[in-house]
Amino acid sequence: MTSITPAQAELISPAEVEDVELYHPKTWVTKYVFSQDAKVIAIQYSCTAIGIGLVALVLSWLIRLQLGFPDSFDFISPSDYYQFITMHGMIMVIYLLTALFLGGFGNYLIPLMVGARDMVFPYVNMLSYWIYLLAVLVLVASWFVPGGPTGAGWTLYPPQAILSGTPGSDAGIILMLVSLALFIIGFTMGGLNYVTTVLQARTRGMTLMRMPLTIWGIFTATVLALLAFPALFVAAVMMTLDSMLGTSFFMPSIVEMNEYLEYGGGSPILFQHLFWFFGHPEVYIVALPAFGIVSDLLSVHSRRHIFGYRMMVWAIVGIGALSFVVWAHHMYVSGMNPWFGFFFATTTLIIAVPTAIKVYNWTLTLWHGNIRLTLPMLFALAFIVTFLNGGITGLFLGNVVVDVPLSDTMFVVAHFHMVMGVAPILVIFGAIYHWFPLITGRMMNQAMGQFHFWVTFIGAYVIFLPIHYLGFLGVPRRYFEMGDTSFIPESVASLNAFVTVAALIVGFAQLVFMYNLFWSASKGKVAERNPWQATTLEWQTPEMPPAHGNFGETLPVVYRWAYEYGAPGYDEDFVPQNQPPIGASAETGGDGVPDGAAQPAK
Amino acid sequence: MSIFRALMEKPWMVEGVIDDVYGVDHKSLPTAKFGLRVFLVVATVVFSLIVVTYFERMLVPDWRALQIPLVLWPNTALLILSSIALQWARVSADRGRLDGVKSGLLLGGVFAFAFLVGQLLAWRQLIDLGYFVATNPANAFFYLITALHGLHLLGGLVAWARTSAKVRRGVALDRLRLSVELCAIYWHFLLVIWLILFGLLWFT
Repeated sequence: MTSITPAQAELISPAEVEDVELYHPKTWVTKYVFSQDAKVIAIQYSCTAIGIGLVALVLSWLIRLQLGFPDSFDFISPSDYYQFITMHGMIMVIYLLTALFLGGFGNYLIPLMVGARDMVFPYVNMLSYWIYLLAVLVLVASWFVPGGPTGAGWTLYPPQAILSGTPGSDAGIILMLVSLALFIIGFTMGGLNYVTTVLQARTRGMTLMRMPLTIWGIFTATVLALLAFPALFVAAVMMTLDSMLGTSFFMPSIVEMNEYLEYGGGSPILFQHLFWFFGHPEVYIVALPAFGIVSDLLSVHSRRHIFGYRMMVWAIVGIGALSFVVWAHHMYVSGMNPWFGFFFATTTLIIAVPTAIKVYNWTLTLWHGNIRLTLPMLFALAFIVTFLNGGITGLFLGNVVVDVPLSDTMFVVAHFHMVMGVAPILVIFGAIYHWFPLITGRMMNQAMGQFHFWVTFIGAYVIFLPIHYLGFLGVPRRYFEMGDTSFIPESVASLNAFVTVAALIVGFAQLVFMYNLFWSASKGKVAERNPWQATTLEWQTPEMPPAHGNFGETLPVVYRWAYEYGAPGYDEDFVPQNQPPIGASAETGGDGVPDGAAQPAK
Repeated sequence: MSIFRALMEKPWMVEGVIDDVYGVDHKSLPTAKFGLRVFLVVATVVFSLIVVTYFERMLVPDWRALQIPLVLWPNTALLILSSIALQWARVSADRGRLDGVKSGLLLGGVFAFAFLVGQLLAWRQLIDLGYFVATNPANAFFYLITALHGLHLLGGLVAWARTSAKVRRGVALDRLRLSVELCAIYWHFLLVIWLILFGLLWFT
């Protein structure tokens, strides 16, 4: 390792990291409600996302009750069922996963991990949250309008989404589209912040390649989201016009109840292209932050530097770029030209290369590591297995000939639940157990955590492995009940009942997790400083939890990458990013800041 | 390119303070200007997607060419004047002439408002001719395009109003320069977008 001695460091002109003028809240309302502090906004985002996520969880129970025990529940009509699956999907993908990874973890971790006092546009950041909350409220409002929320399926395909046969086709679908448009506007405001903060507000010494992979994942996902959400925005605006004003952007001529409707000439396929041009990058908007976070969890808890850091960064960027040229693999059965399908199958399979690199590197990081089976580590390990599982079924579905018979079966449902449902959520849990001490100053309860982990991890497989099998049998997705369908064997009913029971047990474990969150926040064991002995900057703040402005008087100076574990010559097995090199530390007078480093006063 | 060199760095090899010698030089560009650029990229994606869907929709046989309201020509001229006026304000700010900034901003805002009123007139004309949003696909696109562009300009006018308020409060020119510059850049962007969209409507 080359080190730059303090004398050499003097030769490098001191970087002028301008200290920002922080907004200082004066009242309780500006401190905790209309706050411009990214950490408070992060918690607001997270609580809202988890709150609406609980609604989606309850919806999944209702869906499973109907599938497991059809004809048993009077309160679930076919319309209700469609509304449940639509809202469950949309909430999970957009309002929970996207919002929690980018709005929650992004807001909390970006400024802390790159060594900034706050996001660069705090006011816009605050607006971002309040518009997101408004989007959630509009979504919730659709339960209380005549006809209820839309039941068009989370893909909202026209023409059926706005025709009278679909539940919620009058008010519900419009509220859904308006809510999505609001979400996108709010997200764009947040996204501007995340991108600009990462590129412009890093502290001295924090080069791009010294950033923790968490930041790389969140950053790249934000770029994807900024480029992909406009497609959904345009689609939502056009469909709102089709629905409210009778335009025909997506609506073909159509007969309903023996009557020609006013529509004509619009292209439903165009909507599918727009939707999936957003929808496929969306998978990676959720997956890339998970990739980044899990890399850091694995490294910290196995006391080992991440294997192939540069490859990991390149793979994140490569996956992000490729994710824009695979969207039509969601549309193999839409009647496309076979060459078109061939192209998209090829790009889809190519994406497996950088993804596989990541899986190998995670595994190799563990090699010769000093693995600590903490709760975050358990979830990180579970993620690797689950992501591999879900990814491999993706290779099946990426091939046109295999996809066509499996299209719209339960196999697809099982695939995407594994790869972009269970896998990222395992990372979210791991991340919460990992950063909870930083955010609250207390550790989460171990016993409840272990129970939560094992039930969730094993339960996810008990639920979703049989669903793959149902897909092979040809059980279609989105059906209210199968009745006496000739090709469906009777065993399907008992398997469905089994899955439902498993889903309810896993659902209960999530309630234990929620209880643990609240219980530990007030009664958990008080955490020591830097409890996981991590190197990254968020654990090196003068106070824990970090105070307003994050870093006290002076911003930290970064001397090394984020993965210095087990380096020779140091007392501990980890070296924080902001600890001066051995030669320099003698001259700093013990305050951790070398004399050569120009530090602007606050 | 420097970004590739930055991504080739081997972070485990070097210990010590190194400044961002390559990669994104985060000191040369003001943060707000960078943020505006990111936003312009997002807005460009939105308008590009509209153009793509427009071409796609034209392929369907029920497409009828649009009857373009003639008022769009003077409107375009107004938007060009507005952009020029803001450029004048920007140049004046660079040269330290406060009166130029004031008149440039004022004229730019007035022309922009006039453009928006003109766009509403164009809507009025179409409605009087019996062309409503759902009358035919080209009209639907016309209303959608003009509305989206107009909303972006309205958003710009909020920034313009804040900058003008700063001028009225007598904020020092040094602290105005960036705001004026950002307004001018955004106006030029919206002008280019409008010229492309207008060309699209006119030639198809």
